Amino acid sequence: MSYNFRFNALWPYVDEIVEGVLLTLQLSVTTMLVGLAIGLFVALGSTSPLAAVRAPVRAYVEAIRNTPLLVQLFIVFFGLPSLGIRLDANLAAMIALSINVGAYCGEILRAGFESIRTSQVEAGRALGLTAGQTFRHVVLFPAVKAIYPALTSQFVLLLLATSVVSSIGATELFHQAAFIDSRTYRSFESYTLITAAYLVMTLGFRALFAGVYWLVFVRRQPA
Amino acid sequence: MIRELSSGDIVYLVVAARWTVLLALAAMAGGGALGLVIAVCRVVSFRPLNWLAIGYVNLIQGTPLLGQLFVFFFGLPLFGIQVDPWVAAALALSLHAAAFFGEIWRGSLQSVSARQWEAAAALGLPYHQRLTHVVLPQAIRIAIPPTVGFLMQLVKDTSLTALIGFVELTRASQIISAATFAPLPVYGTAAVIYFVICFSLSRLSLRLERRLHAAR
Repeated sequence: MSYNFRFNALWPYVDEIVEGVLLTLQLSVTTMLVGLAIGLFVALGSTSPLAAVRAPVRAYVEAIRNTPLLVQLFIVFFGLPSLGIRLDANLAAMIALSINVGAYCGEILRAGFESIRTSQVEAGRALGLTAGQTFRHVVLFPAVKAIYPALTSQFVLLLLATSVVSSIGATELFHQAAFIDSRTYRSFESYTLITAAYLVMTLGFRALFAGVYWLVFVRRQPA
Repeated sequence: MIRELSSGDIVYLVVAARWTVLLALAAMAGGGALGLVIAVCRVVSFRPLNWLAIGYVNLIQGTPLLGQLFVFFFGLPLFGIQVDPWVAAALALSLHAAAFFGEIWRGSLQSVSARQWEAAAALGLPYHQRLTHVVLPQAIRIAIPPTVGFLMQLVKDTSLTALIGFVELTRASQIISAATFAPLPVYGTAAVIYFVICFSLSRLSLRLERRLHAAR
């Protein structure tokens, strides 16, 4: 093998990489919050007794979960302008990612709701807890504890999935790899370094989420 | 040259979907074989192998598939291996899938209670019979639904190989869309084709889940 790896050729682009990391974090957090809001409606809609509400919500979830994010992104960015809706790349990326993650969050929240039995609520009331205490200690706390692992791994998946939006030219971390590659002609080094940056972020978030889980759910376990 | 979208284009997309399916099958075969090795490395009682497998899984599950594809596409030629996008895509997807299959199968193996091992040992079965007659049948039953579920994920993941220039369903859609300037119907058709493939897999997973559950 006669190739000389030159990672130091990327040194002048540290600012670009830091900027990319911040943009990716911003995009991930924003879309996760919007996705959670969509997910709440999806979870409520999926459990609705009205078929007229349930059917479109389920159709949305199935449509999103059975098609690739990249195609959804292309429909929003390249398809919508033919209907007169023209979005810039960053906004299109945010909308497509939110719609995508909303369906997955909806399924997680629905599982959380379903994990709470009415008999638990009745037991809480029978023990003399007020409605507010019952909601807090019997419904909310166990439900959040049940969905916490799934929600946090969904966030990590979202963080990794945001790399896809570089394909429509939205500015985030993976976009910076292409930029640095075009300046330095060091393709392998650029993409390896950026991929490693994602690894650092995901390992950091996993450690953070595990720490929060321990603080909130393990250490302060109600007796 | 811009032309009208015709039924021929739709047929072209359906035919291009065979590369999506073939790539998913290749990744399933390659990833399945390596995933089995990883699952075994995770459960054997030899620490260095455990660490190696954990490190591999964290590396793959902690980086974006798109990054893995690019590193492969640009990295393999540096080792003197000339790759066309098909080889880079199949290799990267196999290594990607292996981490997920490895974790799914490790979980399935470990969810078979240790008492089953002990009971089989108490009945005088030798190790390989304990494995093949007692533990594996139960582990496989647990593993099938999530394995089919991940296959669905794999079919969707093949779309990313379009970005390194492999002509499968998504890349074919880009090409037709550029020629006809009708992105909405073209990407809509692609979405429908993906939907048909993935939805059939998820129905299959549900059916297997019910059937295997009833067999208990």
